[in-house]
Amino acid sequence: MSFDRRIYKRRKHRNAMWLFLSTFAAAFGLIWLGLILYSLFYNGFNSLSPDVFTKMTPAPGESGGLANAIVGSVMMSSLAVLAGTPFGILAGTYLAEYGRYARLSFFVRFVNDILLSAPSIVVGLFIYELIVANTHTFSAWAGAAALTIIVIPVVVRTTENMLLLVPNGLREAAAALGAPRAAVIKAVTWRAARAGIVTGVLLAVARISGETAPLLFTAFGNQFWSTDLNHPMSSLPQVIFNFAMSPYEDWHRLAWAGALLITITVLAMSIAARLLESTKRS
Amino acid sequence: MRNALLKSDDQPNSGQPMADMALSNFTVPEQKLAAVKRSGAGDRRFRWLTWSACMLVLVIFAGVMIALSLGAAPAIKQYGLSFLYREDWNPVTDKFGGLASIYGTMVSSVLAMFMAVPVGIGIAIFLTEICPRSLRRPIGISIELLAGIPSIVYGIWGLFTFAPFFQQNVQPWFVDAVANIPILQDLFAGPPYGIGIFTASFILMIMILPFISAVTRDVFNTVPVTLKESAYAMGCTTWEVVWHVVLPFARTGVVGGAMLALGRALGETMAVTFVIGNAHRIATSLFAPGTTISATIANEFTEAVGDLYRSSLIELGLILFFITFVVLAAAQIMLRALEKRAGGVQG
Repeated sequence: MSFDRRIYKRRKHRNAMWLFLSTFAAAFGLIWLGLILYSLFYNGFNSLSPDVFTKMTPAPGESGGLANAIVGSVMMSSLAVLAGTPFGILAGTYLAEYGRYARLSFFVRFVNDILLSAPSIVVGLFIYELIVANTHTFSAWAGAAALTIIVIPVVVRTTENMLLLVPNGLREAAAALGAPRAAVIKAVTWRAARAGIVTGVLLAVARISGETAPLLFTAFGNQFWSTDLNHPMSSLPQVIFNFAMSPYEDWHRLAWAGALLITITVLAMSIAARLLESTKRS
Repeated sequence: MRNALLKSDDQPNSGQPMADMALSNFTVPEQKLAAVKRSGAGDRRFRWLTWSACMLVLVIFAGVMIALSLGAAPAIKQYGLSFLYREDWNPVTDKFGGLASIYGTMVSSVLAMFMAVPVGIGIAIFLTEICPRSLRRPIGISIELLAGIPSIVYGIWGLFTFAPFFQQNVQPWFVDAVANIPILQDLFAGPPYGIGIFTASFILMIMILPFISAVTRDVFNTVPVTLKESAYAMGCTTWEVVWHVVLPFARTGVVGGAMLALGRALGETMAVTFVIGNAHRIATSLFAPGTTISATIANEFTEAVGDLYRSSLIELGLILFFITFVVLAAAQIMLRALEKRAGGVQG
């Protein structure tokens, strides 16, 4: 029996070529992502100063900070998380506990996953039609409502996934003691999945802290200090959007500083979520 | 409390046959019975509570469709189907057609997906087959973290860093290079603005890359090890294993992941708005400025004066919602089928 050496060689070459291309693709992709982070941290840290946290957003040509935008973002995001989390957890509980195999659940899962990746600008339009058009004014309430709609699907998805990880033996043990279903869920499964549910909330915070599109025509933005929820309120992403589009150098620097703040928040939340998840698994 | 509940007031088995005991002589005091009923009612109430939270998800979805349809009604009545194929967008004369936005949305997203899929698959192959084991987790985790970076960061990077670089160093050279090649000379022509459809696609490509690579890597990891080992035992090279075993097994998942990423790209607002140029026209050249549905809405909605103008923008939003719905639904159906199969393989 004789082997054709040429076939061997050809296969070896082809293997080397494709593996090289894969490595090249990986390097290509990672380099761009690295460049973005580098440029964000470089420009962001250069523009960061105490003023960013203490002064209001400036008029064109003046210096200022992002204090009102930071406070606005924190207020609206907190409201959205406070409002969205209970609904999300309850709905996720139904999907994993009461209606795990119900026909309704399949439908709800499908719709929820669509909402999870639906364009956020559409959510903005929806809240505009629902609230802003009826109250005739942009308001922080409307902004928070838009963010709530983005929070709910994230929490539903993670809550369901985390509850499904709870072993059935735990539920059965509790039920065997005579505990009614609601008590089993509240005292046993929720407690067993607590870390996972908190992870979901953290991910939701990470998700909404960078959302811009739904805030543009709900909370609108406000150049001045305002904590009145019935009035327009500024937020970090919306200020970044307006300032980056402007021709002023000072505003560009503030936009970079804001982008850095958002990214650090998001990364911190995601890393915390990941740590929480891994401590739970081990 | 439970023990007390079970203790009957009568003496059990007082001369009667055992079988009748539970039925006839076993009575529960009123008070205990009420406790059981109460907890039953509480249980039903809680179940109802979780059920209504579920319905809220459906209500939100239906609400979005109804609110957008109502908002778009004046424009639909005024322009009918012509909204879908007319290109002119003139707020002064109240003439609105969505074609330029729809075209820009489709072209930029599809282009981004075609660029991102090969690179994303490359990253996944690198992570599962080539990369040294000790580096796999750190690289994989950093890619997943990058998937969470807000799109506005990609947007301002595109505007301040990428577009000027592209305008000065790549675009003029590239336009010259393809100047005599048919088709390409039309696709890449015109003055170097730096911003335009191609720049938007490129930024979108970078943005959806982490999604595609994360999904693809996860799907690759579901390929049973015995399948791969069998192929290696036959003397296959790494590439032959990837091409003949891993990719066919993971096909549905990869396509599903790509569709999911396409859905994201179609609806993406901030990464695109900064760099697309916001021009309501359809140009052959990919270097020319254009617009997308989401960019049009983001730029013009707050300044839209007049009911017809605003209504036309909402109709664009409705169209976007439908397009992404179809794409995301297809993605989900594919990924669900895969989940089922993966469960079957393990069980």
